[in-house]
This record gives sequence, C-alpha cells and structure tokens, in this order.
Amino acid sequence: MANLGPAYYAPYPVATYDGLLTPPEGKAMLLTDIVDEEVAMREVARVMLTSDNATIFPGPQVLYAWSEEAKKKATLIKEMSEVLNAKMIPMYDYRPKYPKIDPEVEINPNHPNLTIWHNNIKAAIFIGVHCHYANVALKIVRSETDCYTIGMCALSGHEDAMATIRDQHAEDLARFIEIAKEVKQELGK
Amino acid sequence: MSLNKTLVDMDYLLNEAPREKHFITGAQAMAEAVKRASVDMAIAYPITPQSEVMHLVGDIYAQGHIKEYYRAEEELGTMSAIAGAARAGVRLFTATSGPGLLRGLEAIVSWPGHRVPCVLGILTRVVNAPLSIQPDNIEMAYMLHCGAVMLHAENQQDTFDYTLAAFAITEKVDVYIPVAVATEGFFVTHAKGYVNMMDEKYAYKEVDPYEAPVPAMDNEVPPARIQRDAPVQKSNFMSYLIHSVWQQEIWDSNRRAMKYIYQYLGGPIEVINPDADVFILASGCAAAQAREANRYAEEEGLSVGLIKVKAIRPFPKQEIRDALKNAKSVIIPEHNIIGWLASEVKSSIDNSGIVVDGPRVYGGMTLPVELIMTEIYTALGMETETLQA
Repeated sequence: MANLGPAYYAPYPVATYDGLLTPPEGKAMLLTDIVDEEVAMREVARVMLTSDNATIFPGPQVLYAWSEEAKKKATLIKEMSEVLNAKMIPMYDYRPKYPKIDPEVEINPNHPNLTIWHNNIKAAIFIGVHCHYANVALKIVRSETDCYTIGMCALSGHEDAMATIRDQHAEDLARFIEIAKEVKQELGK
Repeated sequence: MSLNKTLVDMDYLLNEAPREKHFITGAQAMAEAVKRASVDMAIAYPITPQSEVMHLVGDIYAQGHIKEYYRAEEELGTMSAIAGAARAGVRLFTATSGPGLLRGLEAIVSWPGHRVPCVLGILTRVVNAPLSIQPDNIEMAYMLHCGAVMLHAENQQDTFDYTLAAFAITEKVDVYIPVAVATEGFFVTHAKGYVNMMDEKYAYKEVDPYEAPVPAMDNEVPPARIQRDAPVQKSNFMSYLIHSVWQQEIWDSNRRAMKYIYQYLGGPIEVINPDADVFILASGCAAAQAREANRYAEEEGLSVGLIKVKAIRPFPKQEIRDALKNAKSVIIPEHNIIGWLASEVKSSIDNSGIVVDGPRVYGGMTLPVELIMTEIYTALGMETETLQA
C-alpha cells in the first residue's frame, strides 16, 4: 500500500488506485516498492520486533484445514509468535458479529479495526486468511488505524497490506523464522 | 465417461498446442472452447431467442466432456444456480442473450460480490420491446457496472480463444470474479468463419477449489454454511464500511484481471497503423467492419489507424489514451443506439472532442463499411457523396 496511516473514514484510495497490484511471483512488496523476498522478510521481522503489541492473526486455513501443510504451518506460526514476541489473536470466522465481538479473543474481517483499536496493535501479520477476507480486512485496517499490516499469503499476496510476501508455504515460514531470529539478535531484543 | 484427455495449462493450450483450421459458426466456436475447458457443470435456460451455444454444450455434455448439465426453469434460476454451484468449487459455464440476460441480471450482478468464478457467454440480441430477436449489443451496457470482467469477440476465432482464456482468468485467485465473453448474435454466432483449434484431446487442467480467495462450501471444514456471506444491512457505520470495502475489493479484482488479459490475449487492445491521425476504434463484430474500412482506406492511399478493443472490463483507459495521444479524430462504430463504447472512450481520454459518435446501427441492422468510410472522408476533410432523398 502507499501510505501508513488512516485514510480517514472512507477506505479509499485503496492501493490499486495508486497503481499498486500484487507483486509478481518470486517478489514481495514493501509499501510501494517491489523487493526481493528476503528484504521483505527482514523488514517484516524488524517491524514486528520494534512495534507495540505486535500480533499475528491466524485464519481458518491454518486453524482448521486438515492437511499436513496446515499442521506444519500451525506449528511454525506458534514458533514465529515466540521469536517475534508477538501475541496471537485468531480470525476463526468470517461472519460479521453483532452487536460486537470480544476484541480480546478474536478479530473479524468485517470489523478488524475494533480488535486493533482495543489492543493498541501497531503491527500485525495476517496469515491463513482467505484472500478475499484478508483484502477486505486490510482495506478497513488501512483506513481506520495506524497499524502496520503484513500479509503472509500462500497465494498471490495483498497490495493493501503495507508489506506482502506471496507464495508462503511451510518451508518459507521456516526460512522467515530463521531470518527473524537473526534480526532479533541484531536488535538485541 | 473417461475421454482420456491430456490436461494442460492455459498458456500451452492457447499458444503451443498444435491447431487445425475449421470452418464453423461462432456458436460452435464457443461450444468447442467449452469442450476443451474441463467444465464441471453447465447450466442454462436455452430458449429462443438464444443461440445454439447451450444446445451444443448439451451435446458435448452427452459426449462426456462435461460432468453435469442442468436446465433451469428460466434465466434468474439459471444464474442463481450458477452462484449456488460455485459454492461447491466447480468450474462453470452458461450463456444467454438479450432478454434472457436481463432476466438473469439480478443474480448475475451479485456474482462478483459473492466471488463466483464462471464464464458467461453473451450472444447479443436486441432488448424488447417490440419483440425482436435481431442482433444489437445494447445489453452489454447493462453489464458494465456490475464488476464482471468483460471480453468482446470480433469473430469466430476470438470467440473460441477468449472463451478458453476466460476460464483461466476467472479462476485466478486475485481475480475470482465472473468473466463474460460477448459476441454478436447472428453476425458471429450464426455465421461461419475459420477457426484454428487444437485437438479436442487437449483440455485445460481441472479446477483446484482450494486455490481460491474464499472457502468452497465444505461441511467438514468449519466455518461452513450455505450462505457464505452474511448480510451487512444493519444501519450503522460499520455495515456501510464493510459494504464499501467489499465493493472496492471487487473492482480491485477487476483491475487485477488486466495482467492476465495481457498474458492470454496479448493485451486489451490491438493497434494497426499507430502513427495515423484518424483512427477507427471498435469492439466486437463492429471491429470486423472497422478492419474492412481500414483495408479500404489503405487501398485508397489514406492513412487510417485501427484500435480493436478486446477488453471492455477492465477498460483499457491507459492503453487507449496512449494509442490516441496524437490522434486528430477517432471514429467509433457501434451496434447499439446509445454508444456505450464511445462514452467509455470519451471518459478515458483528455481530448474527448476528437471522438466521432458513430456510425451506429441497431435493431438488427448490419453495419456497412461505407458508413465508416464516409466518416473517414469527413475526418480527413475530403468531399463525399451524400445520400439524396
């Protein structure tokens, strides 16, 4: 996405209005720049390790999917949260919740800002969320909060996140964890 | 029924699989594309005035190329059934035209918001009344603002290629909205033309329902429900915000389709003689007549350019702006009374005063090349013979 910070009440201009589209295969996107995946991984680790209340939002594809890949990913995400000193708040359901959700125990794609406001989250990784719902959530977060959003996507990525890394499978998450450990050591965290 | 097909990706199917020339109608061309697309389910209400497309698709279902064929009771039912089938993560095709398209429109315009990937053939006819079944593409204007990707085929070959490509585009995870492939009823659907096709043993690889931006309905994996997207009709700001970002996501998906239009169709426009001062810009079978006018002009030693618009949504604003940046005049022939293509072009370029509104024919009329030539002569400041009463 183009700029970090609220785009006021209206959630536009969204990233595509700034000419941004998901990065090509093998690349990642940091704000407006297409970069190598490792560059993005280092920056993502740095942001998560230096932001208040950094949080990972795992979605249904790693919470419920009954596959070996999902099991590996779930284990790695738990390790990731430990390495990044990050909390985990699940996005386990895509239905809007009325009159309101409990923002301490879940995040919802239709009003993700409530969870981010309540917990004062300044950096967050979305992972395992189906792309449509991730994009909806990322647009709202972008418009309503100052949270630095990171989309770690198994498919084609998310231009409305401030950082997006695409085609992330279990082996990529393992690589990210190793990079995050290095960054953590460099930062003395 | 197993037909022992060789399943390949769309790049191979479109660009590398060996092809042979056939002489077939546009309706046959669309059905032949469906035959090679590993379609799971076709749903239709094949009534006159349609085209032969869904009848032919019924034949290829009987031959075993399609797993299911469902005949709905009318078009709203057809298009609603498409949305329902999409929840199961299957590859879908339907086709309709004119009044049928408009009857199904309520369901069709909900497809993008529900992230329904499918291919919709639109074989254009007049919209009643008075009752008629003749060619006219006014119905495409009603589709422009629903969020679907729209391709417009010039001839039988385009109809075959665009329909095949549409199956790949609609299922891209960052697109995943319907792709409509339109062409003119009768002029293309009922007329024969040469079509280079790969052998029917080749077929597009089967759909992976898990490579999707939304969950397919799966009762073993929560959260599962028939109505995937719950209503957001509460009267509060949060509901408004949800709907607004949802709409934005649909149009973002539409924009993302452009890269695949480049990949599979070589881009959203074709430009001939890019240095000309006077252009003809057209889509669908009007582009065929524009191409003929371009040839006439060349024979007469006149420098006239041609811009064929293949993609109507996403509309290639930048590409057209670039192609027309030095143009002094652009003639836009159309098969409808309102000139929706001319309106699109005018809103895309800085110098909309160069647009010549027409010539337009409708109600079933053909588009004589002479009408376009008259506009060319006028644009070039040449004297022309005019019809006398």
